[in-house]
Amino acid sequence: MGQRNWMLALCAVVLSATGTFAQTILIRNATVMTVTKGTIQNGSVLVQNGKISAVGKNLSAPADATVVDAAGKFLTPGIIDCHSHTAVEGSVNEGTVSDSSMVNIKDVINPTDINIYRALAGGLTVSNVLHGSANAIGGQTIVIKLRWGKKANEMLFEGATPGIKFALGENPKRQGYPAQGFFNQGPTPERRYPGTRLGVEEVIRQSFTEAKIYQAEWQAYNEKVARGEKAIPPRKDLRLEPLVEVLEGKRYVHAHCYRADEILMLLRVADEMGFKIRTLQHVLEGYKVAKEIAAHGAGASTFSDWWSYKAEAYDATPYNAAIMMRKGVVVSLNSDSDELQRHLNLEAAKTMRYGGLNENEALAMVTINPAKQLGIDDKVGSIEVGKSADLVLFDQYPLSGFSKAQKVWIDGHEYFDREKDIETRPEFEKKKKALEDKEAAEAPAGRRRNGAAGSDAKDAPIAEERR
Amino acid sequence: MKLALGLLLGGLIWAETHGAVAIKGARIITVSGDELAKGTVVMRNGLITDVGAMVTVPADAWVIDGSGLTVYPGFIDGLSSWGIPAPATPRGGSQTPAATTTAEPRARGPEDRPQTYSFERAADLVSPSDTRLETARAAGFTSAATYPTRGIFQGLGALIDLAGERGRDMVVVQPIGQDISFRQGGFGRTGFPGSLMGNISYVRQLFLDLDQYERAKAIYAGNPAAGRRPEYDHALEGLAESPRVLLPAEEVQQIDRMLNFGPELKKPFILYGLHEAYERIDELKQAKAPLLVSLKWPEKPKEADPSDVASFRELTLRDNAPKVPGLLAKAGVRFAFYTDGVESAADLKKALKKAVDGGLGRAETIRALTLSAAEMYGVADRLGSIDKGKIANLVVMKGEAFEEKTTVEYVFVDGEQFQPSKDSQKEPAAGGRKGSAPGEEIR
Repeated sequence: MGQRNWMLALCAVVLSATGTFAQTILIRNATVMTVTKGTIQNGSVLVQNGKISAVGKNLSAPADATVVDAAGKFLTPGIIDCHSHTAVEGSVNEGTVSDSSMVNIKDVINPTDINIYRALAGGLTVSNVLHGSANAIGGQTIVIKLRWGKKANEMLFEGATPGIKFALGENPKRQGYPAQGFFNQGPTPERRYPGTRLGVEEVIRQSFTEAKIYQAEWQAYNEKVARGEKAIPPRKDLRLEPLVEVLEGKRYVHAHCYRADEILMLLRVADEMGFKIRTLQHVLEGYKVAKEIAAHGAGASTFSDWWSYKAEAYDATPYNAAIMMRKGVVVSLNSDSDELQRHLNLEAAKTMRYGGLNENEALAMVTINPAKQLGIDDKVGSIEVGKSADLVLFDQYPLSGFSKAQKVWIDGHEYFDREKDIETRPEFEKKKKALEDKEAAEAPAGRRRNGAAGSDAKDAPIAEERR
Repeated sequence: MKLALGLLLGGLIWAETHGAVAIKGARIITVSGDELAKGTVVMRNGLITDVGAMVTVPADAWVIDGSGLTVYPGFIDGLSSWGIPAPATPRGGSQTPAATTTAEPRARGPEDRPQTYSFERAADLVSPSDTRLETARAAGFTSAATYPTRGIFQGLGALIDLAGERGRDMVVVQPIGQDISFRQGGFGRTGFPGSLMGNISYVRQLFLDLDQYERAKAIYAGNPAAGRRPEYDHALEGLAESPRVLLPAEEVQQIDRMLNFGPELKKPFILYGLHEAYERIDELKQAKAPLLVSLKWPEKPKEADPSDVASFRELTLRDNAPKVPGLLAKAGVRFAFYTDGVESAADLKKALKKAVDGGLGRAETIRALTLSAAEMYGVADRLGSIDKGKIANLVVMKGEAFEEKTTVEYVFVDGEQFQPSKDSQKEPAAGGRKGSAPGEEIR
């Protein structure tokens, strides 16, 4: 860990304590960019009980309100990332099988991951935390609020529909690696199926066929029980349960994809099997099949201007987001990265340059649109009365490369304050120095008996393949 | 040369003491009751037959003059692999994918029962030939909750005494639980599961399968004519036999995770590790799960890269971990210690001293090494304290258990006497596993 890292970690410890009780807050004199209801110059936003209770000009502060004078500053909704792998402990892929739907990101959220705090510092408040893309059907996914300092369970976005990751194209058709390393130094005794794009399609079709049989078995069992018969219950299968939920519309499918042909393939399979694709992720060739995507009702979550990092990601354009949007697709821009998630506002700004979106349309790409894709647009994604007080105060126009988040609130709690962070650094440095001095003469330690739950498999770099 | 001689002598010498033994006039830490400033404890046929301030010493007893000595109940390692011969390949480290140590075919899912040895019995594996037993006895240990260490479902543990002529002499109670590990393999190398989340989902699935298995068996037993019998499942039989499961929970997010996960399994569970538990004392108290605190306090790595700067969290952990036992005791949370590799007399004393310095009372420290562990495993009726009728497992020290200069004078396991040599209690030579120490014959 570099010096910078631990400094931020230190500050993060204390700042987390500030977000413990819901206050009444009046933010005034800000340029309030509501995203859905235009921009209010010299506007005010009143926050009560964690919710936005009033938006307008010249709001008066209730007696108990903390007043934030935001003259010259810009207030936006909290930024939402529809594709993140942040705070996942252990490997982000269960890459050993082609359908790993039994695994759940919810089990391995690490709320102490410093990337959460760093993302907050960039105005991010909500993340769709996804399984990796090593398999045709990946693991179960969840939406979190970046409530830094809280436990994993307390970070879950209440009421958000959980998802499941799918992946198409090159990643899921990898068949594994030789036991002795990358360069064919040893045998790969049992290769993973599939090895072709055709096989990826077949895996999805096969799994949903099994899921339907499984669903029918349980229905039959439940009917028997309802009739008062004694029956042996079917085996509860953690792999098929989430797929049944997908069939029943209780779980969203977020599908990693690049090429137009595989996108159309997935839409066809979904139609055939009777489920919906909620979002297409990356979807760099989405501009070629935007009408078909819109017709299916799928959202698209893409990169602003990032491609050519692999063969299937070449035929791309920075106009992708704008083109899909104009064709009626709900489009968001995502990070897929612990670094990029810290400045999604700038990713949004690029759609103004490439595609000519206006500032509301651009901001929507990282606020209300991802909220719609995740089915949480009734709670977050814009500055409207009744929504959660997830707010970011930028020092400058947030679609400018010079802007910095000054304060970030989630549910009306302040989770980040740039000034406080900087102010408290010397104090932490002092504390840290004291601890270092204290242990200066400590004896060496050996190894642990057992791998405690969550220690990282550092010897598996391939497992980190995400895009 | 000296080492070679020591090996030749064969370590601690076994002393057959079939008659009564009495330790007279010693300070006796009974743990279950008050400390006796000057008392006598009598053993016969492997049991404690009498203890007190005014005890009649049987005429046939071999009498040890206890003046200046302190008698403790024999120490119990709450989670151990003592007695189980080490596997051919290294184990334990989280970097080691467990399955690479075996010739298992690549698992394709939970149905292949990957890395599952739930049916293996420590009781069948233990052997008095494990050289670690001598080291452990020299530190004052007489019993251990010992578990196999292979795979995810590692097998059925046994409460053993740390001496015997044959393995079966050592077993006190079995099975006592199932130790579940969360080691991970890599991508595509060892098969499913290859990630922490995969590992968790597999454990969850196996317990769901167990639930279904038991229900199906019961329904079938009620009416065998109604359909085909449920298929026999080795892995589930082992799980069904486990009276409790042990779950590792070292860091704070792991503690949270296992506090959520444990209740899902519908079996009593013990959490172990717990060095960052100072952040979760209230939650652990509420959960009411017994805890095993590792005595291997986190320390600065010996050969750390000089450019690695420890994080504030790491530094805090190293500073605070030894305070955990004190905090747990203050909050009234049930816990015991396990050695986690701290096996030599010298290391144990240091580790215990740290806990005492961290705020754990001296009596509480001894309790966490004795009666608390016995209670946790339901064997407090035979182990863990110095009471009439309990197994004669005692450790006799000159000095207190936490002091550097203290020496272990005698150890009794099932009433059999061992006298650790002075050498075996000194600071071990750097590196390598501690093996036999030169011993001296008594009588």
